[in-house]
Formats: sequence, C-alpha cells, structure tokens
Amino acid sequence: MNDIKESPVRMRNLLYLLVAAMVCFSSDAEIMTKTHFLIPAGPGGGWDGTARGVGEALVKSNLVLNVTFENLSGGGGGRAIAKLIETADRQQNTLLINSTPMVVRSLQKIFPQSFRDLEPIASVIADYSCFVVTRDSPIKNFSDAIKQFRQDPRSLKAAGGSVRGSTDHFILARAIELAGENPRKLIYVPYDGGGKALAGILTGETQILSTGLSEALDMARAGEVNIIAVTASERIPEAIDIPTLSEQGFDLVFANWRGFFAAPGLPASQYRLMKQTIAALVLTPEFEQVRQRNGWALLHNEGDAFYRFLEQQELEIATLMRKLGFLRS
Amino acid sequence: MLDGVLLGLGTVLTLNNLMLVLAGCAVGTLIGMLPGLGPISAIALMIPVTYGFEPVSGMILLAGVYYGAIFGGSTSSILINAPGVAGTVATAFDGYPLAKQGSAGKALAIAAYSSFAGGTLAAILLILLAPYLASLSLGFQSADYFMLMVLGLSLVSAFSAQGEYLKALMMTFFGLMLSTVGTDLSAGVQRFTFGRMDLIDGISFLLLAMATFALSEALMMILKPAAADVSPIPTTSSLKLSKGEVREITPVISRSSLLGFLVGTLPGAGATIASFLAYGMERNIAIDKKRTKFGHGSIRGLAAPESANNAACTGSFVPLLTLGIPGSGTTAVLLGALIAYGIQPGPRLFVDEPEIFWAVIVSMYVGNVFLLILNLPLIPYIARLLVIPKPYLIPIIMFFSIMGVYLVSFNTFDIQMMLLIATIALFLRLLEFPLAPLLLGFILGGMLEDNLRRAIILADGQLDFLWQRPVTVILILLTLVVLFSPVFKCIIRRFHSRYRS
Repeated sequence: MNDIKESPVRMRNLLYLLVAAMVCFSSDAEIMTKTHFLIPAGPGGGWDGTARGVGEALVKSNLVLNVTFENLSGGGGGRAIAKLIETADRQQNTLLINSTPMVVRSLQKIFPQSFRDLEPIASVIADYSCFVVTRDSPIKNFSDAIKQFRQDPRSLKAAGGSVRGSTDHFILARAIELAGENPRKLIYVPYDGGGKALAGILTGETQILSTGLSEALDMARAGEVNIIAVTASERIPEAIDIPTLSEQGFDLVFANWRGFFAAPGLPASQYRLMKQTIAALVLTPEFEQVRQRNGWALLHNEGDAFYRFLEQQELEIATLMRKLGFLRS
Repeated sequence: MLDGVLLGLGTVLTLNNLMLVLAGCAVGTLIGMLPGLGPISAIALMIPVTYGFEPVSGMILLAGVYYGAIFGGSTSSILINAPGVAGTVATAFDGYPLAKQGSAGKALAIAAYSSFAGGTLAAILLILLAPYLASLSLGFQSADYFMLMVLGLSLVSAFSAQGEYLKALMMTFFGLMLSTVGTDLSAGVQRFTFGRMDLIDGISFLLLAMATFALSEALMMILKPAAADVSPIPTTSSLKLSKGEVREITPVISRSSLLGFLVGTLPGAGATIASFLAYGMERNIAIDKKRTKFGHGSIRGLAAPESANNAACTGSFVPLLTLGIPGSGTTAVLLGALIAYGIQPGPRLFVDEPEIFWAVIVSMYVGNVFLLILNLPLIPYIARLLVIPKPYLIPIIMFFSIMGVYLVSFNTFDIQMMLLIATIALFLRLLEFPLAPLLLGFILGGMLEDNLRRAIILADGQLDFLWQRPVTVILILLTLVVLFSPVFKCIIRRFHSRYRS
C-alpha cells in the first residue's frame, strides 16, 4: 500500500532486501508496470483473497511488474466504488474487484451506483454457491435436507456468512422454493463471516450452511464437513465428487462471478491494455495454480460480453428477490 | 511431542530465516505503532513480499510482523493513549497513566515482558494441548457467546472510580447505543444512518478510540497544561523493575495468560474480550489497596491485558490449525497465507504433515522471542518520544490520530465525525465521566447484539436458551457473582466487625 512510501527512511532500508528480491523476478518490457487493486472490504474476505491471488499470479507470470493493494471498506462496497468514480483521473492503473453482491446491493439501493457507472474490464472466476453439512449429519444430499425441512422447517436452520437477504440467504431460499416448499419458512441465521458460520454448524446450533464453494472447499478438505450440492451447471473438475444441484433434480444454476472494473472514462489504450493483461493472465499456469488451490472455476467474460452478462444477472436476481419478498418494488 | 518441536526448530532455525524474523519484527513494530495499522494490515501488506519464499520462511517473516505489530500497537497505547487496535485498548487504561507518571520505559518493558510471557505460556499450552482443544472451541454456541459478552460488560464496575458507578453505567449505555449505528446483521436493515452511505458500516472502532482517547487527551493537555505536565523526564527511559514488582506481576501474568489462551481458542471471542476479561478479573480479585491503583498506573492492570492479549492471539491458532476456522481477521489473513503456501490447516495437518504443523507453531514462537530481544534495547529510545516538549508533542498526537483514521477509510466525513466525538468526549472528561466504559460498551455491544439475535432466532423466539446449556448457566452465575461481589463483600465485612465486637 501507499503507506510504505510515507514511512521513515530506516524502514525503507530494512525493506530494501526484500523488495530487491521481488524486482529480480520481473524485467520484461511492454507490460503494465503497475497495477493497483482496490478492494472494497477489509483484508481476509473473498474479494481480498481474489485480488491478492490475481495479483500474485500477475507478478509470478511477469505480466505486471508491481502490484499494490488497497483495502477500502465501507457502505457495503459503495465507498470504494464512489472513490474510484470521484478520483477517476488519478486511477489509471486501478482495478476494482467486485462480485455478485454489487448487483444485489445496487438493487437493494444500499449504494446509488451500479456496474453501469464503472468500466467493466472482465470477470475472471466464478465461485458457485454450495450447501454444507457436518460429516456426521443425517443429511447426505439435498433431497434429505428438503425432507427434513418438510417435516419441520425449524429442524433445518441455515447458517450463512452474511446478512439476511444476501446471496447466501436467497440461494438456499430459492432452492427450497424449487422443491415446492415455502421459502419464507426458512430460518436463516446470519454470522459475521464464513469462518464463524462454519463454527455455527460445527457446534450443532445450525444444520446447514449456505456459502461460497471456495470457502467451503477449504473446510471440506479439513475433513470436518461434507458439501452436499453446488450450484454449477455441471460438476467442477477441481471438485469432481460434489454433485450439482441440477443433477439432484433442482434446476438452479448460479455463478457468483468475481471480476474487475476500472475507473470511468479510461483512455482507450489503457482499457485495451487492461483487458489484454487479464486475458493473458487467465491462460497462465500461475493463475491456473491459484485457481486450483482455491477451487475457483474459470469464468472469463470481457468488456461488452461482461456488461451483457451483468445485465442478465441483474434481471435474474431482481426477479428472484421480488418473488422472495426481499425487494419491495 | 518433543521430537515434533525439535523437528520444527530444525526447519526454522537457519541464518536466512533468522534474518527474516528480524526484518519482520522491525517492520511489524514500525507499522503497528502507526495508529490504524494493526496486525491485520501489517500482515496483509507483507504477504505479497513472501510469495516465492519457502513456506517456513514466509511464515516466520509473517510471525515477526504479527508480533511486532501487536507490540507496536501497545507502544502507541502506552505512550500517547492511542490504541490503534481493539486488543490494546485495555493496555492504555494503566499503561498511559504509568507513562504520564514518568515511568514510560518501565511501562513499555512490562508490556514487552508480559507479552512475551503470555505468548510463551500460550505456546506451551498450544504444543501440549492443541489436538485436544479443538472440541473446546466448538463447545461455545451463540447463547454462550452472548453471556460471555454480558460477563465482559458486568466487569464495567472495574472501570468506574469510587462512587461513580452510575456515570460508568451511563457511559456503557452510550457505547452500546453507538454500536447500533449501521446495517443490522439479522434483518439487513439500516439503523441511525440518516441516509448517509458513510454510516452504513457503523462507526469504526478506530475512529471512536482515537477520538475519545488520543484526541480528547491531547485537547485536555491544552486546556489543563498544569495537570498534564507532571512527568519527571530523567526516569522516563529507565527499564528497571524492582524484585517486588516482578513478584507482584508474575501471578497476574500466569492467570491472565491462561484465561487469554482459553478465550483465544473460541472462534467468536478473541484478543479484545480476553484482554478486558483479564483486566476485570485482576481488578476484582486484587486486595483493596491495590485495586484503587487500577486506572491510575497499576502495573497489574498493565500486565494483565498485555499477557492475555498475546496469549489469546496464540490461542486463536487452535481453531485455525486444527479445524481450519479463522476466528479473527488476523487469522483469516494468515489462513490465506498458509493456503497460498500450499498448507491446508485442519485435523489432518497434525497427522499427515507433522513437520509443517510444528514448523508453523515454532516459527510463530520464534517471532515472539525475537521481538523481546530486538525491542528491549530500543525501548529507551522509543520512550524518549515523551521527552518532546508538550507544544510539539500535542500536534504530533493530533496528526497521527487523525491521519491514522483517514488512512484507513480515506473519508473526510470520518474526520468530521471524529472531531465531533472528540469534542463531546472533552466535555465528558471535564465532567469527569470515565471514557473507558464507553469504548467497552461499543466494542462488546456489536458482538453482544449479534449473538443475542442469533440465540433468539435459534431458540425460535423463546428466551429459554438462557438456561438450556451448562456453559450458559455457568456464565450467568459468574456474571451474578461479579455484579453482586461488592454487596457480598460489604455483608462479610459487617459480619466480621460485629463478630469482633
């Protein structure tokens, strides 16, 4: 971050060795020399992990000389968007990371802007939603979960890492609706982050967890939980044992994309360079490695195709949320 | 067990790694001293540097940064009453008065020793018990966390001076009220935001801490220069502890470390709660003569939160390494780093890859040791900050506290809000309202509400969760004991005097 520059000289000397080591890796010409990642949330979350993972792959594959990260939380991500728009002329090298909640939150009018106010560069990955139960749970697949819900909705309390009405909540509600049950009967218990939500099912106070696949895969690899369904259209190569929701007879496919936006009014040459850099990145083995490690599926839509994808998703989510009563109009 | 530790030591202790831990400690301390940049930001800043390192080298650098940042945070709490992270708020309660009395060097040394001892004791517990403690960290449900927060709040009596219980209570409620600003987790509804985007995420802890502690203190120094200017300069840099003092803080450190470690293993609690609980516990069990010193430069009151804070940080590795659950922001960032190195925490890590498991634990510990070695000689120089004459020191404090808040949010609205809160805090100070309960209520309030709402949802809207689980009941009983202990003491004393006569 910028803060390093402003620190005393002594610290710079101490950092010198480490920084020198980094510079050695990269000496090619005709690439972006600097990319600044604007992360609209604190360190440690999904946006942060994606931006840092992409940054790592960009540097390792010599596509960018130097990456910096800036965490700017606030307003459910709205502050970072507002800042990027306000200071657009100084943000020529900045990529803002965002994902499906951007669409959800501008529908909910949490912030006034939408993706239309930014320059969509490309989506890079999809993190599908998934449902998780503990290893010793009687629930083995999604039909079991529905059976339990049908008997008593209160016996299937759902944990999620975000507020009521968020993606975690409405994806499970939608799946329940598809099974012919009343989604408004679902008891959703919000936790402050996926880690605490996981602790919630492990302590036994909730029975099912709705979360992002990448987060859940770490937990499943740790051996404490089973993933019973994923919202991908077909099985994901990196996690081939996990059945999709549609193959279990519930036709719900939902990709939580993560992608990058640049400041509005970007010069055409810079816009092209950014698009090319991301397009080159998604083909590198370094990015492949980061993806596999995190269980992210590739979802590369760039420029106008990305914009159309966003419009389509906005329409789908708005319909869904209205049906479930999360949106008034 | 021992061969595991030796295995870890063998992997960790190379010249290269020792250089890295040194660099990490130095960078961490410097970053941590700036208000607003705590361990989370320090680690997040350094992770890109470690790409391409061996996992062990990367971990050891981050461990240095981690402990360095925690220590740096205590430094700013003690010297200028500016707790940059919630975990060091309790450190300021007694650390800052000590520094004001001219014992800044001693206060910093106590903080360093306590942190080191807390980290060491917790590391030993971690090595011995980690595989078994996993079930403990899953023994707490939302209802229990709720009662744990209530217990923390009931310790508010620990922060009120003689006869000012009501003022402390009022400030606690003020803090609780401030914590309700922002988006409500259970309903997703915005509360008290007045339609402003700046308030959607609530008031930040850092802003409130800087405004009520650092900034209003600096303003106080201007208003009452005589009262603030009591520090006899020569003793500021002395580090020496007398034998009596060492004997006094040793039991405090052991108790607080154990408590801190246990609280740290709970994924929903963490270092802040641990430091408050330790501070409150020590004050409640201290004899009357020692108790009145709390809040006025008690070395017990400094040692307790510092050792609990560090022990809790080590304790948070239990759910992280054995279950893969990050309990705090810092462990979430570390989890990201571990996964980036190809290490998958979880119950199988200990069995499948013992050398990595031990190397992670040992490298975290080496960070702790190096920090002590590195920082003790530096303390006299750091403490000399207070020798700066007041006309220069006050603007420096103001600059750092305002910049600290601004650099985190880059939002000018935050600065305006901060100045407003600092002004209110200044009036409250002049009316002799204690500000610590305000911060306590604010920090615990959010977690208290979230856990209560969850517990109620889980209990289908009933309140019977309060007596359905033994852990909850024990915590309720403890709270009652804490609340009514002054009454009991009074009765016992009366009984005693009657018996004697």
